[in-house]
Amino acid sequence: MIKRHLPFATVAVIALVAAPLLLEPFRLGLLAKYLCYAIVALGIGLAWGKGGMLTLGQGVFFGLGGYSMAMYLKLTEAEGGLPDFMVWSGVEELPALWVPFANPVFALSMAVLGPVVLAVVLGTLVFRQRVRGAYFAILTQALAAAMVILLVGQQGLTGGTNGMTNFFELFGQDLAEDSTQRGLYLVVAGVLGVLYLATRQLVNSRYGRLLVAVRDGEDRVRFLGYDPALVKTVTFAASAGMAGLAGALFVPVVGIISPALLGVVPSLELVVAVAVGGRHVLAGAVLGAVVMGYAKTAFSEQFADGWLYLQGALFIVVMTLASKGIAGVAQTVAGRLRSARAT
Amino acid sequence: MRISRPILSALLVMALAACGSDAETAASSNEIKVGLLHSLSGTMAISEVTVRDAELLAIEEINNAGGVLGKKMVPVVEDGASDWPTFAEKATKLVRQDKVAAVFGGWTSASRKAMLPVFERYKALLWYPVQYEGLESSPYIFYTGATTNQQIIPGLDYLKEQGKKRIFLVGSDYVFPRTANKIIKAYAAANGMEILGEEYTPLGHTEYSTLVNKVMQAKPDAVFNTLNGDSNVAFFKSLKSSGVTAESMPVLSVSIAEEEVTGIGVENIAGHPVAWNYYQTTETPANEAFVKAFKAKYGQNKVTSDPMQAGYNAVHLWAEAVKKAGTTEVEAVKKAAPGISLDRPEGKVTIDGDNQHMHKTARIGIIQPDGLIKQVWDSGEPIKPDPYLEGYPWAAGLAGQ
Repeated sequence: MIKRHLPFATVAVIALVAAPLLLEPFRLGLLAKYLCYAIVALGIGLAWGKGGMLTLGQGVFFGLGGYSMAMYLKLTEAEGGLPDFMVWSGVEELPALWVPFANPVFALSMAVLGPVVLAVVLGTLVFRQRVRGAYFAILTQALAAAMVILLVGQQGLTGGTNGMTNFFELFGQDLAEDSTQRGLYLVVAGVLGVLYLATRQLVNSRYGRLLVAVRDGEDRVRFLGYDPALVKTVTFAASAGMAGLAGALFVPVVGIISPALLGVVPSLELVVAVAVGGRHVLAGAVLGAVVMGYAKTAFSEQFADGWLYLQGALFIVVMTLASKGIAGVAQTVAGRLRSARAT
Repeated sequence: MRISRPILSALLVMALAACGSDAETAASSNEIKVGLLHSLSGTMAISEVTVRDAELLAIEEINNAGGVLGKKMVPVVEDGASDWPTFAEKATKLVRQDKVAAVFGGWTSASRKAMLPVFERYKALLWYPVQYEGLESSPYIFYTGATTNQQIIPGLDYLKEQGKKRIFLVGSDYVFPRTANKIIKAYAAANGMEILGEEYTPLGHTEYSTLVNKVMQAKPDAVFNTLNGDSNVAFFKSLKSSGVTAESMPVLSVSIAEEEVTGIGVENIAGHPVAWNYYQTTETPANEAFVKAFKAKYGQNKVTSDPMQAGYNAVHLWAEAVKKAGTTEVEAVKKAAPGISLDRPEGKVTIDGDNQHMHKTARIGIIQPDGLIKQVWDSGEPIKPDPYLEGYPWAAGLAGQ
């Protein structure tokens, strides 16, 4: 039992104790950002890795969470007035949609419930119709594209292409302070840890086995008397909720939300990260998000002119040499070690 | 699956260690680090790379002349990747990690708006080199491009002078065109002009036949164009194939300079007017030297444009302010900067004390068949920047409360 939890405990200690002590505030902030993405990746690992639903539109849920949080932050700053971007967009009165977001409880619940409700509606519609595989992937991707067009087009309501930025405080804490940022980092890391444990529990439960069965033979599961659509909808909704929560945490950490963060490309980048990390293992998804996030920062800082090529090359190399991702390599190596020890 | 976890955690540790290992390299005492933050990839790269090049040229010139305060300027180049959150992240990196003395960067208003809180939060300096929509004046940004009363309003004055009264507005869907059009509509209402329509397309949009049909049906005297980036290529091609000529319906653009003319294709756009503060053909001694130096460094077929020149100026103006202040310390530089006046390629440029914008001469030009732009009108003397348009009664209320 202790041995089983040792790896998780080690990572938790490093993340919660060592990182805040060792990293400079700027780097810790970046790590917090990667961990936000890791929360989304965990959801993708669940939906795609375990459930076989290739979702290319997690950015939509991430965005709903992010915008809910940003609306709350903007309203606390405006102190009864209008947020800055509405002023220069020619809006004269606070839109009705915005009014309830002044309440932090409402904003935070919407950050999670909004994506969950959307995923349930979408899931019920498409999984009942037995839409799956590439069709489901295309559908989610189209959703991400549509979301961006919607956000850009409604500048007075959403800040348009700019999105929203210039946040000063969260629950009375000055966001510019290093201590606030460190606290936020700990919250993000904590949330990720809890969600990881919960997801692992879920995967190891009877429900998890059912999910894998749906992935591998949906019709057989149906013949056995289960409802695959329900299983898939619940899973999809859970992954959407995680993405929404990640978005809400992302906004105070990074200080900006814009359509560029939730369109087709960032949604794909996250799926790529999960593939690189290894989609068959939940820890692989988390690791992939952190590794790809770090690679992006490191490459672009070292080679400002050609970092995109390196980023692409990393993906191609990992995928051609190790189709099961980093986690797959780790498993193979561990397996070899074990058999070597056994002989 | 269970076996793999120790290895996974080992990998995490490694990633974490790598995160922390790049401890900042302290600038040695005879160097001054400055940040250059432009999009080197993505849709905006085509324009922003040229500004970065012009800034590098300015740094080289200053270093060849002995540097600033006896120290050499060392550029730290980062890629904003045409992505606003990346601009914010890289700005933070330059300010906090590299501890640069100043950052020269940005192009789109969206990237400036994303960087603004970073510079205000950490009290660092941004020099922004592109014309923009005004209604902003951050204490930590110096604006070396034009604000609206130095570009858009002179452009409208020019159209009015030409007797163009019925105007159609076409723009990309983001903050600059939308805000600019808000100002244009207020101007039109006060000056007896009629706005026949206002159309927006997403950045990167390339299908313009429908929009051109709409414009043609409205039969305007002129079009005011705030499209940005590659959309202009498709827009002007569509216009040409619909038989629109610069004589029948001039399209005044505020985001098309020499660099973009090449991309659009001279044959599609020759004869149309543009509004800026500088052209490669502007006749000043400083410009002769600038064009020569730029071509010598980057190739004889290269052109120079207004934003490039504004970026080039920004570096020189900052260096001048540092010399005057005797330090690179931000508050001292801010204090020393107002009133600094230099003869630049565009003519005399003075840093304004009230809003950290520049006094600039407005110039209207016509695109020539050789791809260069010939000036047909100028404001005679530098115009005082007025980002909130306080000197224009018709603009009251545009800036909000």
